[in-house]
Amino acid sequence: MSAADWTPVWLWLAVIASGLYHGVNPGMGWPLAVSAGLMERSPRALVAALGPLTAGHLLAMLLVLLPFALLVAIVEWQRTIQIGASVLVVAFGLFRLANRRHPRVLARISPAQLGLWSFAVALAHGAALMLVPIYLGLCRQAELDGGHAAAGTLINANLGMAVLVATVHAIAMVAAGGVCAWLAYRYLGLQFISQSWFNLDTTWAVSLILVGAVALVFNLS
Amino acid sequence: MNIRPDPTFHASPKLAMEAPPESFAYTVLLSPDASKPDALAVIDVKPGSSSYGQIVHTVTMPNKGDEFHHFGWNACSSALSPLTGHAFLERRYLIIPGMRSSRIYIVDTKPDPTKAAIHKIIEPEEIFRKTGYSRPHTVHCGPEGIYISTLGGSGKDGTDGPPGVFIMDCETFEVLGRWELDRGSQQLHYDFWWNLPRDYMVTSEWALPPQFENGIVPEDLLSNKYGHRIHFWDLRARRNVQTIDLGANHQMALEVRPAHDPVREYGFLGVVVDTTNLEGSIWTWWREGGKFHIEKTATIPPEPAAKEQLPPLLQGFGAVPPLVSDIDLSMDDKFLYVACWGTGEMRQYNVNEPRRPKLAGSVRIGGIARRTPHPNGKAFAGGPQMVEISRDGKRVYWTNSLYSTWDDQFYPDGVPGAMVMANAKPDGGLELASNYWVNFPDGYRAHQIRLDGGDCSTDSFCYPSV
Repeated sequence: MSAADWTPVWLWLAVIASGLYHGVNPGMGWPLAVSAGLMERSPRALVAALGPLTAGHLLAMLLVLLPFALLVAIVEWQRTIQIGASVLVVAFGLFRLANRRHPRVLARISPAQLGLWSFAVALAHGAALMLVPIYLGLCRQAELDGGHAAAGTLINANLGMAVLVATVHAIAMVAAGGVCAWLAYRYLGLQFISQSWFNLDTTWAVSLILVGAVALVFNLS
Repeated sequence: MNIRPDPTFHASPKLAMEAPPESFAYTVLLSPDASKPDALAVIDVKPGSSSYGQIVHTVTMPNKGDEFHHFGWNACSSALSPLTGHAFLERRYLIIPGMRSSRIYIVDTKPDPTKAAIHKIIEPEEIFRKTGYSRPHTVHCGPEGIYISTLGGSGKDGTDGPPGVFIMDCETFEVLGRWELDRGSQQLHYDFWWNLPRDYMVTSEWALPPQFENGIVPEDLLSNKYGHRIHFWDLRARRNVQTIDLGANHQMALEVRPAHDPVREYGFLGVVVDTTNLEGSIWTWWREGGKFHIEKTATIPPEPAAKEQLPPLLQGFGAVPPLVSDIDLSMDDKFLYVACWGTGEMRQYNVNEPRRPKLAGSVRIGGIARRTPHPNGKAFAGGPQMVEISRDGKRVYWTNSLYSTWDDQFYPDGVPGAMVMANAKPDGGLELASNYWVNFPDGYRAHQIRLDGGDCSTDSFCYPSV
């Protein structure tokens, strides 16, 4: 296969890898599933808590990706949109680097509203934004393969791609988070929560900047 | 910000108990006549250390007349909930309110407790302006940052509007504003604590400032005008959801001690005095079917005493009331310690069955009439008051002063600062350690104690013990 053929493979791997990355990070919520399981004294409660955590994350991804699905259908603006999206991701990464405060409003969400919390935390930390350049890359690949199509077909294709990207990402996320939660619940004990928790704020901000920068280079070249 | 969670944060009460024991105790010192600035004493409590039981460092404040009472940490084990976004805070700063001045000191205990120093001072005007409250008191770290209860509203004597809880940013220590959105019928305040995963707060009632600042007002007490209600709140919604009146004769409902294990939806409340019979009482509250309930589960009788043994305030009664001024629950939720400041007794109750506390141990020391000396022979003025339990439940520390002006009414001979420790046996039973006695500087009284790495009235947990 040529280098161009490999591009979509790498992009899909990036979608999965970012899902795994979000999933294993305790800050994205898997300890809440452990707590639910222990509070209810039932592994079912643990699994049940993963539901809203995943749904919230998935919704946040869709909310951010869908507008881009519509925008990139405007073919003559495509480059501008892709560059704009990359700049946006870099800017958000820089903002996270400069402002380390966690939005206080997140602490107002009740522990019973795990879905809402997961949705809000994924938006607030730019988890959804990180997928945008990857998603746009996949759209472009699909378009290159399929040739130029009518705007309506393109929108449908892009919407489908957004749902697919968000779903694959969310499945990777819940798989990784679920494994961590189950390990802590069943085998490793509650010590695993603090043992597995690293302050990734800087790494996270730098990841956003990198993803945005790489996308920018691709788009400008 | 740390790269890893603070090693003193523990997911469950059980993990907190298994962690290394405390090496330092922090005790606030107050100058009762405001002739000297209040201070924070750092005490070596590491067994075998050459300075064991001695003050190894003192942080003296730059102002006089603050009246230190309760204080707390900027962060605790509750930070291990992903919901709060605080996982990488350090347990590092002590938040020390001046109960009379309304000033708050932030003391930095790192890099070494023996070099603790003032980090920031929040002047009273900032608290008045941003919250409309005064007389800050109990400090807990929680979901929205640092929560501080107050005893006064605004105005010179703190009676202009009700007291309540305000929030402080846990990184910048900026006062953010009032916590309550809907206080219901709550008009008085004292202590508060919570169950974090179950999302409720419990608050208690002492009195308004004119009823305590210049001493206890006997007419108000005998006409049952001190606090006697308990309030339950939706923690995240900041809303009072239920208020229960204990009955007006149950005067001064003070310390609130929820079970540490969040799966247990109950807790305890200490009531200072029943005006019909001078008893002190322990109450157990619990949640069932979405509603809160409370009942009196233990009483402590007054002890008869001759008139000449009594201060003028009590001479008409011919008895010493136990005056339950503080209670504290061990980390495993098995033992409740009850300070009887009047009769001079520290009681230990087995509360495995929370609604049937069983007396398991008792230590006599001090007391208005008994004046029991310490096993080392030294006189212990006052009675057992603020009590703190080591995380492992093996050591129970306490001091002897209640509150400057009240000390003078109940113990007119004075209450020089003292801090003692008792060893608790695993199955119940309490014995004073004869080799633990802290000498405080002359003219100072000792109040609340905090232990490094957390203690039984600081840390709240988001995961059950397994």
